[in-house]
Amino acid sequence: MTLNGGLQIGLYFLALLALVKPLGWYMARVYEGQVMGLDRVLGSIERWIYRICGVRAGEEMDWRAYAGAMLMFNAAGLLALYALQRLQGLLPLNPQGFGAVPPDLAFNTAASFTTNTNWQAYGGETTMSYLTNMLGMTVQNFVSAATGMAILVALIRGFARRSDTTIGNFWVDLVRSVLYILVPLSLILALVLVSQGAVQTLSSYHAVPLLQSLRYERPVADASGQPALDDKGQPKREQAAVSEQILAVGPAASQVAIKHLGTNGGGFFNANSAHPFESPSPLTDFLLILAETLLAAAFTYTFGKMVGDTRQGWAILAAMLIVLGIFVVGAYQAESAGNPRIAALGVNQQASDLQPGGNMEGKEVRFGLARSALFATATTATSTGAVNSMHDSFTPLGGLVPLVMMQFGEVILGGVGSGLYGMLIFAIIAVFVAGLMVGRTPEYLGKKIESYEMKMASLLILIMPMIVLGFTAVAVVTDSGQSSIFNPGPHGFSEVLYAYSSMGNNNGSAFGGLNANTSFYNLTGGVVMLMARFWLAILTLALAGSLARKKLVPSGPGTLPTHTPLFVVLLIGTVVLVGVLTFLPALALGPIVEHLLMVKG
Amino acid sequence: MNDHLRPAVMALLSLTLLTGLVYPLAVTGLAQILFPHQANGSVIVRNGKIIGSSLIGQPFDAAQYFWGRPSATAPFPYNSAASSGSNVGPTNEALIKAVQARIAALKAADPGHVRPIPVDLVTASGSGLDPHICPAAAEYQVHRVARARALDEATVRQVVAQHTHGRQFGILGEPRVNVLELNLALDAMH
Repeated sequence: MTLNGGLQIGLYFLALLALVKPLGWYMARVYEGQVMGLDRVLGSIERWIYRICGVRAGEEMDWRAYAGAMLMFNAAGLLALYALQRLQGLLPLNPQGFGAVPPDLAFNTAASFTTNTNWQAYGGETTMSYLTNMLGMTVQNFVSAATGMAILVALIRGFARRSDTTIGNFWVDLVRSVLYILVPLSLILALVLVSQGAVQTLSSYHAVPLLQSLRYERPVADASGQPALDDKGQPKREQAAVSEQILAVGPAASQVAIKHLGTNGGGFFNANSAHPFESPSPLTDFLLILAETLLAAAFTYTFGKMVGDTRQGWAILAAMLIVLGIFVVGAYQAESAGNPRIAALGVNQQASDLQPGGNMEGKEVRFGLARSALFATATTATSTGAVNSMHDSFTPLGGLVPLVMMQFGEVILGGVGSGLYGMLIFAIIAVFVAGLMVGRTPEYLGKKIESYEMKMASLLILIMPMIVLGFTAVAVVTDSGQSSIFNPGPHGFSEVLYAYSSMGNNNGSAFGGLNANTSFYNLTGGVVMLMARFWLAILTLALAGSLARKKLVPSGPGTLPTHTPLFVVLLIGTVVLVGVLTFLPALALGPIVEHLLMVKG
Repeated sequence: MNDHLRPAVMALLSLTLLTGLVYPLAVTGLAQILFPHQANGSVIVRNGKIIGSSLIGQPFDAAQYFWGRPSATAPFPYNSAASSGSNVGPTNEALIKAVQARIAALKAADPGHVRPIPVDLVTASGSGLDPHICPAAAEYQVHRVARARALDEATVRQVVAQHTHGRQFGILGEPRVNVLELNLALDAMH
């Protein structure tokens, strides 16, 4: 760890904190239908969309109608994205001539992008046409994020309203999220990315001669495309030479901007934000980390503003950022310590102003350790799942950090919208636990928390671990699950646990060694992502409906104030305790035992 | 549910038009007007021909060139049509063997050079296309490159210094040397 590394991390937190209030204030105005400037420019587009949809903007929905609209919209998106991938070979804007995506992979990818997960069992530059990326991935990056934002706003209204049966209009919340928040921010970010070197073009890939042509060995394939074996049963290799390089380009910057702002994370290129054409400079890396945490953080202020007490929002943000800060430092420390087995070979891993040092396998020189650790933690604390370094090659404890961040349930900032509605569920659990300790009926923001709310909240926090651990268990005892594992030993188990933790929390990052493009992982993963996203979304809306119907209870001497440091600690304790109790045994089998093996040498 | 069908389909179509066509084409148009060099891949052009990109590394293993980061792209290193890291874990024997082989190659190309090797020179990058090495990794290779080119070390060091970038705004990222640009500059000296 270096002083400069600490400064880079500190600078990120300062920039984020500075933007929370202005953006949060603006978003509250967007959702409360107040004048905020952009409506003058884009209002006519907004009204045009309502007109062709046959939607009356002033008409409110109860929670069932809201959930029905949300599900119908997402089902349409899922089908459209599936069809687009299957048909891409027949459609224009496909300069590399990519054919139809196979059915299981197309299903997995469609489920992945509609659920805001962006798990990718494919490599972008070798699979998807420009048209699929634009009309499919980019569109879902916008609307899946907006779906999460709409659900959150419905839940906030549930807290803010009293004796009311409705929680807003899904179509209005959806369209306003896209039009007034996501599109303007993406446009600005995309252009800054391009100015630094991110590509944005519709031209085909460029062939470039290499300065020095290279001889290399490659495996020989037999007639059926399988690796051919020699007399000893070893894969046969042959000499080959290469004298040119094909530069993959495309309309990347526009997709990368929303992939971070919408906490989506699906890369235009296989190497995601480690690719120099997605994130060419340290500045773009800084902005991408800021962007993926920006809306989630600002929503805490929007929440406070809409429930009429901004201190409530700051308390929740404090809990989130304290956990994030601790884990960033943990990951940075683990990666700086480096790999003792590589140090034993006489390699210099000491960080200085002349070299990044530490564990550089899978990392880029322009980012170094501090930026890579910060990115890995932020991308998994939020449900983004983009990467600027390969998590599979992190040290065991460095890789434990992103695993745990996902296993907390994506509530440390979390996805745009989904993170805060997840955290508010934990707040309800926290006041319930506190209520039990002092023997009083728990209440939160003046709403009594009764058995219906507790049932919903308990279901919400129990479903995710069941999905994650259940599917991990199935995968590690079946041949089809095991055969995809790349790294030997406990690390191989971590790969599978990581995969289902990622899909089961709609994150999308991976221990990328795992060969995820098999029918087994494509199909189970697709189901896991859909369950994780929509089951939780429906329960959250049910909770919103129930809260909106309630009367306001005036706070009394027995009320637990929920804006104090005491509550922040209680909230952190609840999140950490639930996460750790559930996942510690699994973590002990993976990264923890691997760490012990590594330091023992 | 039927009430939701029309708005669902029409909302998807209208938002697809807006965010899937208007938005990316607007960004493409603005990018091509404002930043055409960057938007098209920051390519380096000599005599009217594209000879590389300053953002994408190339493979080098000849003694007279500076070598970049090891690359794990398939089937050959620095395949910029299929970016990828190695994904080998920290306790995987394959990682240790690969690092040993890279150390051996560096030592074979410059026998008698005994300084410890900077870690980024023997570990694969995340993208497999990393255009940079750190200043220490460049310094490590100055001796070999100078000898292979029959130049004195001070001259080579001077060219390295010209292609070394500090942290962005003095704080962000890490100091680094662009390997392809450095090698092109060395070739241009002859």
